[in-house]
Amino acid sequence: MSKLVIIGNGVAGVTVARHVRKRSDMEILIISSETEHHFSRTALMYIFMGHMKFEHTKPYEDYFWKKNRIDLKQGFVSNIDTDAKRLTLSSSEQIEYADLVLATGSKSNKFGWPGQDLPGVQGLFSYQDLELMEDNCQHAKHAVLVGGGLIGVEMAEMLLSRGIEVTFLVREDRFWGNILPAEEATLVQMHAESHGVKFRLETELSEIIAGEDGRAKSVITTSGDEIACDFVGLSAGVHPNIDVVSQSKVAVGRGILVNDYLETNIPNVYAVGDCAEIQVPEGRNRIEPLWYTGKMQGEALGKTIAGDKTEYIRGIWFNSAKFFDIEYQTYGFVANAPLDNISSFYWQHPEQALCIRINYQTDTQVVTGINTFGIRMRHEVWEKWLANNCTLKYVLQHLRDANFDPEFYRRYEQDVINTFNAQHADSQLSLSPLHWLTKRFTREQAHAK
Amino acid sequence: MQNNHLTWIAPVKKSGLSLFLVGFVVFVGMLFTNNFTLTESALSNAVGNDSHRQLIQPHLSDLIDTTVSNKVTFIETLRSTFSEYNNTLNDRYTISATDIEAIMSEVESLGHYELAILDTVFSGQNDAGIYKAKKLSDYTGWLAGPQGKPLSEIEQIVNEKSAEINVNVSDVTNGKRIYDYDAGQYLYAITKNASSGVVAQNVGLFFVLSVLLGTLGALMYIIPEKYTGPAGIKNNNVFTNSATNGGLIGILVTVFLVVVYIALYFFPEYIIEWVSLVDPMFKVLNGSGAGSWSIYGFIYTLAIVVMGVRMFIKYRHSNYHIARTASLIFFQSSFAFLIPEILIKLNQPSTDLKNMWPLDYDFFDAWNLDSLSSSGGIGMFILVWGITLFAVGVPLFTYFFGKRWYCSWVCGCGGLAETAGDPYRQLSDKSMKAWRIERVVVHGVLVFAVVMTGAILYTYFTGVKTLAGIDTYTLRSAYGFYIGALFSGVVGTGFYPKMGNRVWCRFGCPLAAYIGFIQRFKSRFRITTNGSQCISCGNCSTYCEMGIDVRAYAQRGEDIVRSSCVGCGVCSSVCPRGVLKLENGTVDAVIDQSKKDETVNIVQVMTAEEQKALVS
Repeated sequence: MSKLVIIGNGVAGVTVARHVRKRSDMEILIISSETEHHFSRTALMYIFMGHMKFEHTKPYEDYFWKKNRIDLKQGFVSNIDTDAKRLTLSSSEQIEYADLVLATGSKSNKFGWPGQDLPGVQGLFSYQDLELMEDNCQHAKHAVLVGGGLIGVEMAEMLLSRGIEVTFLVREDRFWGNILPAEEATLVQMHAESHGVKFRLETELSEIIAGEDGRAKSVITTSGDEIACDFVGLSAGVHPNIDVVSQSKVAVGRGILVNDYLETNIPNVYAVGDCAEIQVPEGRNRIEPLWYTGKMQGEALGKTIAGDKTEYIRGIWFNSAKFFDIEYQTYGFVANAPLDNISSFYWQHPEQALCIRINYQTDTQVVTGINTFGIRMRHEVWEKWLANNCTLKYVLQHLRDANFDPEFYRRYEQDVINTFNAQHADSQLSLSPLHWLTKRFTREQAHAK
Repeated sequence: MQNNHLTWIAPVKKSGLSLFLVGFVVFVGMLFTNNFTLTESALSNAVGNDSHRQLIQPHLSDLIDTTVSNKVTFIETLRSTFSEYNNTLNDRYTISATDIEAIMSEVESLGHYELAILDTVFSGQNDAGIYKAKKLSDYTGWLAGPQGKPLSEIEQIVNEKSAEINVNVSDVTNGKRIYDYDAGQYLYAITKNASSGVVAQNVGLFFVLSVLLGTLGALMYIIPEKYTGPAGIKNNNVFTNSATNGGLIGILVTVFLVVVYIALYFFPEYIIEWVSLVDPMFKVLNGSGAGSWSIYGFIYTLAIVVMGVRMFIKYRHSNYHIARTASLIFFQSSFAFLIPEILIKLNQPSTDLKNMWPLDYDFFDAWNLDSLSSSGGIGMFILVWGITLFAVGVPLFTYFFGKRWYCSWVCGCGGLAETAGDPYRQLSDKSMKAWRIERVVVHGVLVFAVVMTGAILYTYFTGVKTLAGIDTYTLRSAYGFYIGALFSGVVGTGFYPKMGNRVWCRFGCPLAAYIGFIQRFKSRFRITTNGSQCISCGNCSTYCEMGIDVRAYAQRGEDIVRSSCVGCGVCSSVCPRGVLKLENGTVDAVIDQSKKDETVNIVQVMTAEEQKALVS
């Protein structure tokens, strides 16, 4: 029987294993040097903050693996011989494979800053990083975070939960400026500030200074300021972890190069998730270090390995995150800066941290994407609107259909329409009626499969 | 830390906690303050049944008019007097060899048998002596007087007749036995009537120092949370605090609750100080005063109100939680607490109108049916209402809204679980094994409840006391003891801090099992998963009080339809990606193709600043 070996037990690798097992009887082995069992990386912050224990972050109970005949091995792969189809572990154990999946994830970016490897300086990606952060925060009073993105906000939230002050160094002129337009970035920043985070915009790290104990004691910024701190969080993004293939024949760029079937240059060797760099013949190669894409890639690759060759198609883009108390969702594509022939309708609540941005093509008024903060939207509805090229008028008038907020929440569709109407005196829109009675009695009810 | 201008919060919370603890210590401490003096009048007030009183009174003579300051000594002496009385009943009413010896020694000195001898011999034996003298008089009257019979013959006759009398001793002792139920009632009433102490004399002071101080302290601890930062889910340190992670404080609270529940159900005489604490309040409410369950009902309601305030603050960003918490507080304070007391005052049959069979397992008890059907309009209304509610109301409401309409909006058990129990919701077991046990146990209890009710109704309508060889009364008592008292009370609430706040609802409640069937198979309610946006973080499963592994469904993009889900909505609240939504119907994303291409005349696009100026 052929044997599938997966390196990495994150969501991408585990999803491959699950989807192979659904379709095939082949032997499956997952090797990880991180933890014995798969856990949700996105939940690391909640362990630190005491919302959960590590065991709660495991998406499958421990019996799952044996029951599904997915073998687990804790070990570190030190060499891959693709000619002999053989792995060598750091314990010198050797493992043969028929198919090999590389799902090694990411590493935190370090841009060669002096002092970046000092004790008290760290990123947050792995379980080991969490343990390290636990140590580093024992006596910390003030932290500096370098780079304003999702991991940065997570770290800020974690640190504040322990009463540690946080100063954010942000390279751009606004928070998460390479993704968010100015209004949204300001909204998030103000909310973070209300939680006590201090921002230094357009400020980069130049150096981390060690104290007498050898630990980080301050950072010096590009503007020459020195900020005293006992913890430095590196949250300036991640890059693919490709160390495992560095001595092998597997081709790499920034990540492990793959095609749309997630195949590398070597037959029977695949890469999936954060570590994969998907080659785009005409354009920029894609690295997608997201939970969702890791899962979707894993599903496609699982089918392929099980014999049903499946292309990884990203579909209508979506993403979501949470910045302290503000939930963020995006569907389609919303650029961080104005684009040609793309207009933007933006609504923001006068007091609360709620806003919606709907982008559309200026000429056809076909909606191209949405950012929503503090208001939940229904994925399926937005996917269909975007796939069907619905216009701004249609979307605004039917906005109620997309609401996914809990019951009894204040609804803002009318406010949104009013704002639009106030801006466009000669095109008054109105919300489509909410056929609640017919909906209640005529639609078929769906049960869980 | 981050909000320096809010330095008042920590001291206020700390003082609140201290006040609460003082109130708690006074509340518990008052249980050790009463003195006990058993007087004749206390006894006659406590034991309404004259014959029982006459029977037990002689056995209590040592206690009469002596003051005991140790509650345990007093109560346990009383208790052992009752059990001693019952245990020795047959012995005492049996004419013993010693009795016969005493008779014969009198006969010897007199030279013949006389009935007066019996009075002399049995005079010191109370009720039993009178009985034995009477019986022997009846059986040996013909032997009295100087008849010249030899002593050996007299002895033989007395022995034979005594044996004849003794054979039928249970005929008389059965009628004199004071059964456990009555004994328990007497024990409580005697203790209550015999007790006196500072609490009863200073109810107002003690009420302020315990209940009000504790409430004030709790509110001082709870309310400042509102000012610690923006609204949102705050579960920091839940698993590092030993009060909420099942650690030491949790264990201590469990022990305390278990002890209190055991006292309430089985030893209410130990909490008479608490009863006197609320006696004046209940006199006003129901006209007759407090019983041992009154203090429970009062504290239960107070806990729901105070911890309801905590819910209002903790979930102030969510109207769903605010609405259902308000609903729970309303139903508890009116339907469960005030209305039943007022009905008593109006001399009507009293009931909690939102409670229903099979949770309300004594609804079909003979005494209840008799009382309801014989007390006019209100009684009939309660009877019809109670049946309609579970027969029609449950299927109807559950079809439209799911189980939650009852379990997390109306029910009293749910009310406590969702308020006082909220800090413990993360302790429920999410494993597959726990789910298997849950299904067997909760449906087992439902079957037990149905069989038990069927049996007592059979007895009620036919008068036949056994069904399939089983005594229906025994079945009913077993249910009351094991399910009603041990499961729902001692385990169901006592183990909140160890097993989560829905132990009873999840593993034991027969009504939940019944509503669950309808929710699982015939309801519009489900929790919708938003596309494939689950990040498997586990917050939903961790904070599900019913131990549902919500994530297992969400990460597969499936809707959640589970019979146990009470629709509290916390999974949806704690989800950091907004993936879950409680819904009463599907929303199909249907595109109206005829309108999707319509455009509007867009003149200009405003910036956020311009918009703000426009709105304000």
